Order: sequence, then structure tokens, then C-alpha cells
Amino acid sequence: MPKDHGIGASPKRREDVRFLSGTGNYTDDIQVNGQAFVHFLRSDVAHANITSIDTSVASAMPGVLRIFTGADFEGVGGIPCGWQITDRHGEPMQEPAHPVLAQGKVRYVGDQIAAIVAETVEQARDAAEAIELDLEELPAIVDMKAALKEDAAKVHDDLTSNLCYDWGFVEENKPAVDAAFDAAAHVTTLELRNNRLVANPMEPRVAIGDFNRATGESTLYTTSQNPHVIRLLMGAFVLGIPEHKLRVVAPDVGGGFGTKIFHYAEEAFCTFAAKALNRAVKWTSTRAEAFISDAHGRDHVTKIELALDAENNFTAVRTDTYANMGAYLSTFAPSVPTWLHGTLMAGNYKTPLIYVNVKAVFTNTVPVDAYRGAGRPEATFQLERVIDKAARELGVDPIALRRQNFITEFPYETPVAVAYDTGDYHGTMDILEKMADLSGFEARRKESESRGKLRGLGVNCYIEACGIAPSNLVGQLGARAGLYESATVRVNATGGIVVMTGSHSHGQGHETSFPQVIAEMIGIDEDMVEIEHGDTSKAPMGMGTYGSRSIAVGGSAMVRATEKIIAKAKKIAAHLMEAADADIELSDGKFSVAGTDKSVAWGDVTLAAYVPHNYPLEDIEPGLEETAFYDPANFTYPSGAYACEVEVDPDTGKVTIENFNAADDFGNIINPMIVDGQVHGGIGQGIGQALLENAAYDENGQLLSASYMDYAMPRANDVPFYGVDHSSQTPCTHNPLGVKGCGEAGAIGSPPAVVNAVVDALRSGGHDIYHIDMPVSPSRVWQAMNG
Amino acid sequence: MSQVTMTVNGKEMSGDAEGRTLLSQFLRETLGLTGTHVGCDTSQCGACVVHVDGVAVKACTMLAMEADGSDVATIEGQAAVDGTLNALQQAFQDHHGLQCGFCTPGMIMSAADLLKNNPQPTEAEVRHHLEGNICRCTGYHNIVKAILAASGQDVSSIAAE
Repeated sequence: MPKDHGIGASPKRREDVRFLSGTGNYTDDIQVNGQAFVHFLRSDVAHANITSIDTSVASAMPGVLRIFTGADFEGVGGIPCGWQITDRHGEPMQEPAHPVLAQGKVRYVGDQIAAIVAETVEQARDAAEAIELDLEELPAIVDMKAALKEDAAKVHDDLTSNLCYDWGFVEENKPAVDAAFDAAAHVTTLELRNNRLVANPMEPRVAIGDFNRATGESTLYTTSQNPHVIRLLMGAFVLGIPEHKLRVVAPDVGGGFGTKIFHYAEEAFCTFAAKALNRAVKWTSTRAEAFISDAHGRDHVTKIELALDAENNFTAVRTDTYANMGAYLSTFAPSVPTWLHGTLMAGNYKTPLIYVNVKAVFTNTVPVDAYRGAGRPEATFQLERVIDKAARELGVDPIALRRQNFITEFPYETPVAVAYDTGDYHGTMDILEKMADLSGFEARRKESESRGKLRGLGVNCYIEACGIAPSNLVGQLGARAGLYESATVRVNATGGIVVMTGSHSHGQGHETSFPQVIAEMIGIDEDMVEIEHGDTSKAPMGMGTYGSRSIAVGGSAMVRATEKIIAKAKKIAAHLMEAADADIELSDGKFSVAGTDKSVAWGDVTLAAYVPHNYPLEDIEPGLEETAFYDPANFTYPSGAYACEVEVDPDTGKVTIENFNAADDFGNIINPMIVDGQVHGGIGQGIGQALLENAAYDENGQLLSASYMDYAMPRANDVPFYGVDHSSQTPCTHNPLGVKGCGEAGAIGSPPAVVNAVVDALRSGGHDIYHIDMPVSPSRVWQAMNG
Repeated sequence: MSQVTMTVNGKEMSGDAEGRTLLSQFLRETLGLTGTHVGCDTSQCGACVVHVDGVAVKACTMLAMEADGSDVATIEGQAAVDGTLNALQQAFQDHHGLQCGFCTPGMIMSAADLLKNNPQPTEAEVRHHLEGNICRCTGYHNIVKAILAASGQDVSSIAAE
């Protein structure tokens, strides 16, 4: 019988009521009194010197309040980068300035040149047309390897080259890794591209800056996954506004997937301009703008090699990756191909020697940063693809090869600096084999063949590192922030509770799942608990939601604060019942004295805390409100095994996903319904990457797929119903809930399953191929089959 | 600027519109009905679907002036006055057919149009009908399931919610 209450139950989401009835409060729904509108004039060429900007005609257009250019931002800070990488020679990465508005040069199609503030957005757009702009075009740097040639033009003239960093990990291991390859019985090599993607949350970004002259306080309403991070970055590094004079509000946010983590120039502009004009200033991105101004994801070019001994044990992995940074360093960009990628290269396997080299490269393209999974999908894809290729080269079963090399003892220290606390990779694979009916695959293949179709099966595993992250560790690795999370638990006099969390929900359902935890701990109804998030004036400093960290880190902070509440409430209860603190027990919302029939209700204790007439005032303060900051001791390590079955039409190359099954180990689970939904969504995005999506640039740096007419988002017709199972549960050992996080798993685990399946299908048709780059479009499949 | 008048969710409403004002913009900015969302500028995403004279329309493909005198239904008018969700909305909640909620108004209005014309659609018909509605959160699994459930079909054999 499934639980109907507390941890492990699936109550319906309370946030749904407002979203289903059109009463959500997204940033674009907010109208600030007297707001003006800004339109950004963006570069339509990839690389150019700005030789002149004449705004005089445009400034006189109807409704125009002021036109800002780079000159207005001299002396204002640039957009900061939040992570510094040290290269393999011990040198810091090259870090270019990132101005709010272009200073003398544009570096990608979409780079903001001028900002027109007007009474209406239409007037601002009309005026943009009247700005006289002279650009001296420069050669566009698009291809990463070409960008690193000696004579290549430079994206940033003040840097020594287009190389941001050359990172080796673990550098000291390289000679041993090379020796293992020399001694290998078999080496499998695979070159691949992890295609550039656009995150595409359905809500485009919006920013509204407001300024209160009487109080001197600035307010920014923004579509962010982490309002406190924006307050810190923008306040401290760009505009010089102290936290107590800057409020950042991220209300209902329509999806993030990473691209709403970062601090963007438009946020800083609106906040700056509101003060300059003493008017609220609003910017709403169009989708066309989103394609050329939201940070993109992925875009790695990789060569991976796997060494095996004569018994098919993995002896070493060596990778060489070029990672596109785009034109500037977005907030977390440098960390994605390094610490979020290199540390995952052990995967689920006991490979003893690993070396990862990453060259991060500046190009005249939109900045690239974290997108759902961030580095971990790139690691998983190359590792699981090269293992699949090795199995086919060696003529062994791909699942058996994986099982043979699984890590089976925990905790496990990998050779890439992380320690997995728990996992059960064989058990998870057992579940997958059963739920996906893998023993019935050959019969299904025959049935497909009888209809002239090729059927393929792709299976793979994944491991990820979530619950980001221990602050002291990430500090050593170059993070310029801590990565704890916070919660304030405020108990009201009549017993109701408001939790202010520093994490942020933009689809994950915190307002439903977080109360389940408190309801379980205290034994009260979930309806007595409300969650508030997204407003820096309410919640304590928190780091927000990304990297599947909300329940693992934010939930843990809430547990710690609630434990403090319970400890204090027990003292009050002990006083009320004239008993010893140590004898008080709490269950079902009732405090009782052990071994007696004496009890007081939760509400009696909370009332006493605020009406302390009979209260131990000499020992404790009145009131019942506690805050906790939780800094995790380690990452969490969700893992899983995925199976995809595809049918390929040999006449057209079209791939159809017939079955997709996912067995995940997320540790303990708070709300299974929400977890299933997270996995579904991740798989949908992973199938999108594998089959459909590609942010394609031409050699001039023009983004060819810059609208939903050209960028192939997955539609309902492109995907099947998914099978998901998370009954494999090895709880995390170092956080109080035993949870691991589930937000990114689907997007990490699914792309290799799809490509493995397509390769399997083609090989079953007699085509001697080992790899097709994503997206595995009909034309690429057809070409692979027809040479 | 001209005055445009339409019946929205049973109430007559008026406002000024330029020739270029889109129905989506008019609903959101002039009438303050922000439940209709705008997720793209090429009429692909479907977040802005409303019903105009009983037909599902992407409100970004229609000028406000074209809807002058029309009967318009939006997401705000779907629940009962006391807030009780209609059967389709309730199915979306019951089957976790939404996450961030941004595409949801368009999904509901588009699905309502499907069920009006095809009360017992197959899975394939549902997926085909949603071609013009993009969701980035759910992978469509629970949206399709919710619509099938709202049509009265048994969805218990479809993999877990």
C-alpha cells in the first residue's frame, strides 16, 4: 500500500492549481508602476570592431527615454565568472573582460551593442532601427581547432590566444596511463562530437529593474534559478550595490535547465538603468533573442580511448576534449568541462588509470555553460559509447562487458578524485533487464525485420555527481563561492510552519515535496507547511537550484533547521509537563513523556512559545524559528542503467524510439510521482539531443538554427511512453535524508542509449559502422548506411 | 489605436489596440489576463493557445482587431468560479502533467479542443494533436497520459505516473 502522507508519498502538487488556472506569477506577468521597456540592439555579425554608433536620430524618436551604449558603462564592472580553472602548468585560465554593453568590439551574433529604453517596447524597437551603426567586420572564429592555430585571429585582442585553459586531470597520472595503453591487449578509440544545444526553457528570460529613491533600494525581478547568486554577482562585481540595498526576486520561473543559473548582462542593465532613469525598466526576451543570448550547452569535440587487458578488464581511459566556451566566460562555464566532467570519467567502472585533457577555447559564438547534466552527460556519452564500441570490436555482449567491470564495493575512491559512497550497479542492471524485457529483444527484432525495419537495442549505465557541493572542496577547485544551502523554519503560534529555502523551484515541485519532509519529522499534516522561495528579502542566503541539489542540500538544510525546532519544542514540552527534556518523545504531532500517558499537542507547544506565560524563560528564548546552513560532506552519486530500442527505416534513415526504459538509483525518495516526472523530462531532453537538436553555426558565425522553425525541439510525436523504475535504492550515507537527487539523470543517461541502439540497428542490417554523431538525423543515418 | 471589444470568458471586455497588436499581447497587457503565455515568436510553441469562437487558435497568430466582437475563452475561464478545476485540468494535476507550468495553459486549451472534436482519442492521435505545443519539462509522458485519462480511458497500464 503506497503511503499517502510524508516521505515516500505522492500527494498531488499544490503549485499545479495556480498553473492550471492561469494564476501563476511569472516575471513577465509583473507590471511595475511606471515601467519603461528596453530593447537591445544586438550584433548581427560574429566579430567586428564598432567604428561608430550614432544614436542622435534614434534618441529623438517618439517615446524614447534614453539610449545607452558601451560608453555609459565605462567604469562599471563587467559580468563576472564564478569559477577559475588552473591549467596543467599551474597557470590560471585566461579570463577576458565581459562588458554589460559592447566596448568597441562585438564578439558573437547576439552581443548587445546598445540598449534603447522607451515608453513601450514597440517604440524601443522602432528606435533601434534608427541607430546608425558602423561595424568593421573581422574574421569569425568558429571552429575550435582552427581557433587554436598559431595564426588564428583572436576573439580577445588582450589575451595571448584563443585558449582559455589546457587542463590535465590527473596530470601526475599521465605517464602511468600512457604506459597502460602501451601494455594493453586491446585499445578502442572513438572520436565524437557532443552537439551544441540550446536549453530552451519555455519561458524566455525576463528582467525588471526597479529603484526606490527614498530608500535607495534596487529591486531586480528576474527569471533565475538562484536569486541570491544573482544578488551577489551583480551587486558585488558589476554594480557595486551592497546586499542590504539590493533585492532579487525570482517568482514563478518557467523552466531553467541550467540556462537560468547564470548572471546575464540584461539583468545588470535593467537594474542600472532603473536607477539612472528613476523608472522601472523591463526586458522580455523574444524567443529569437533567447537563441542568441541564453547561454548554450555542451559543444565538446572529443577523442576517447579505452584500454583493455586480454580478459577484457578496463585498464585505462584517456580522453582529449576541446570544449567551446563561446565568446565570453559565462558564470560557471569553466567548471563544466573540467570538474563536472573529468571527475566522472570513471563512470560505473573500476578502471584504475584515467587521464583527461580538456582544452577550453574562445570562439565567436554565444557563451556556453551548464545545461541539464553539465559535463556529466558529456562524460557519460563518450565513456558509454567507447565501451559499446569495444564490445562490438571484441565480439562480446555489451552488458556483460559492463558488468565485468562494474565497481562492486563501496565506498569507492576513483582515480579521478571522487569517492562514491553507495551504489548497486548489478542490482540496477538486473531491474533494467527485467523491466525492458531484454530477453525478448531478439523476437522483437525479428518482428521488425519482417516489416523491413532494422531494430536496435542500446544499453548503457551512468553515474553522476549531484548535491553540489562541499564548499571547502570546490574552493580548492576554483569556485569563487560556497555551495551550501540554507533554510529558515518559522513556526507560527498556532502551529503552522513557513519554510524559507535558499533553493528555488522552477518546475521541480518544492512547494509539495519539501512539506512532506517536515510533515514526516513532526507528524503533522503537510497542509500546515508552506514553502517560500525566490526572494532574497525573505530567504536566508542560499545558492539556488541546479545540479540536482535541492533536496540533497536544500532539503538537508531544512532538516537541520527542523531538528533545532524540535529540540527547542521538546524543552518547552518538558516544562509544560514538568518532565525532563530527555524523556520527551515526539510522534504524530504530539509530545509525550516516555513511559507515562502525559502528552501535549504540537499546537500547545507552539502557542506557549509565543505566549510564554508558563515557559522556561530563564533557559530559553520565546519564539520558535530556526535557521540552518548545510554544507554537504561529499557529492551524491545517483546512478542508473538505461535501455533504448529503436526502429530504423532503411529507406529513409528515420529513427523511431520504440521503447525506452530507465532504472535509476536515487537513494531515498521523497515524492515518487515527482521523481518519475523528472526522469521523464530528462529522457525527453536526452532523446532530443540524440535525435533532433543541434545549435549549428556556419563558418561566418551565424547561428543557423535560431528559431523553432530550425531548431528541432522534441514534440509529443517524437517520444514514446517511458518505463521508469527507482526501486534500486542505496541511500546516500552523508546527508540526513539519504537522498541523491534526480533532476539530471534522464538527460545524462539517455543520449548514449539512443545512439548505441541506432548503431546496433544498423550493424544488424550488415552496415559496418561504429558511430554516428548526434543528432542522429535521418540524413546522417541514411549516409551511414549508403556510404 | 482603435478600441477592440470582445467577450472573454463570458465577460465583455474592451481596450485600445494598435493595428500590430497581437491577440496574445492584448489579452496579457491590455486586459491583464496573464495566464496566456508567449513562448516563441514563430507560432511554434503553442503556449498562447486560446479559443476564439470555439476554435483553438494560437493567440500570437491573430491580431487583436481580428478578434473584435469574438467570443474568446482563455485558461482563466476554465475552472469553476469557486476554483474547482475542470475534468481536464484535474487530470493534469492527478497525473503530474505539468512541471514549470509555462506551456500548461496552451496544453490545456489545445487538449480541450482535441477532446471536443474527438472525445476518445488514441495515444497516437493525442501525440499528433500536440504537434503545435512544445513542453520542455515533462517529456510529454504525463501530458499524454492526462489527456487520455480526461477522456475517460483507463491509463493504469501506462507506466508509472
